[in-house]
Amino acid sequence: MSLIDILFYFFATIAVVSASIVVFSRNIIYSAFSLLFTFFAVAGLYVLLNADFLAITQLLIYVGGILVLMLFGVMLTHKVVSVDMKTGTLKILPAALITSMIAGTLIGIFTVTDWRVAPLQTGDPIPTAKGIGEMFMTTWLLPFEVASVILLIALIGAAIIARREKEAK
Amino acid sequence: MIPLNYYLALSAILFSIGVVGVLARRNAIIVFMSIELMLNSVNLTLVAFSAYLGNATGQMFVFFVLTVAAAEAAVGLAIIIALFRNKMTVNIDEINIMKW
Repeated sequence: MSLIDILFYFFATIAVVSASIVVFSRNIIYSAFSLLFTFFAVAGLYVLLNADFLAITQLLIYVGGILVLMLFGVMLTHKVVSVDMKTGTLKILPAALITSMIAGTLIGIFTVTDWRVAPLQTGDPIPTAKGIGEMFMTTWLLPFEVASVILLIALIGAAIIARREKEAK
Repeated sequence: MIPLNYYLALSAILFSIGVVGVLARRNAIIVFMSIELMLNSVNLTLVAFSAYLGNATGQMFVFFVLTVAAAEAAVGLAIIIALFRNKMTVNIDEINIMKW
């Protein structure tokens, strides 16, 4: 068992356990913080898959941006007086049924299909940032620009929706 | 080297955990976190395929998924906060004003 195998099982265990805590924990603060560990574990798996730039981006955007937004959401939507941090569940049985069907289908497809795999490249992994930058500026230039417009619209829209409206007089 | 199927199975498990969260939890923010989990598992699949195929296009897809996830997080949380201000709750079973 090489170091990479050990790291894979390590990150996979962290990801699955902390994702379960996110979903099944009764305390919403525990959920938010274990989401942090899930994001870290997925970033670690990206590094194992030779996607170094993507791993850094994952940490910056998910941990630095989305998770902080989530924590703000948690803080803003709970009554401070009543310290009601517990959250309940809805119909468990249909949810379990649908989920097991989805999981069975996915794992079945993934194991049955004969995926095409390129021959393994040996030697040190090459940094991916240069290749990604070139692809952004050539093949994927239009989607790149559209993505920036989407982010601008989301910024303006979120500010307008979340703003407190003026009292009608 | 780890077989490709291990990564695929891991992301299938993560996706299923996210589906449970969306279907079974009452709190809108936890539903939201579960959606992020599902997005992450799909990203993991794309990166795994990209690595095992020796083609960086999969990573390109992940960047666009990240963009949409960030936009979705901002707008979704704004909606949840506006909802909380009007209804004083974020439990999705108590928000049924659009139900006939």
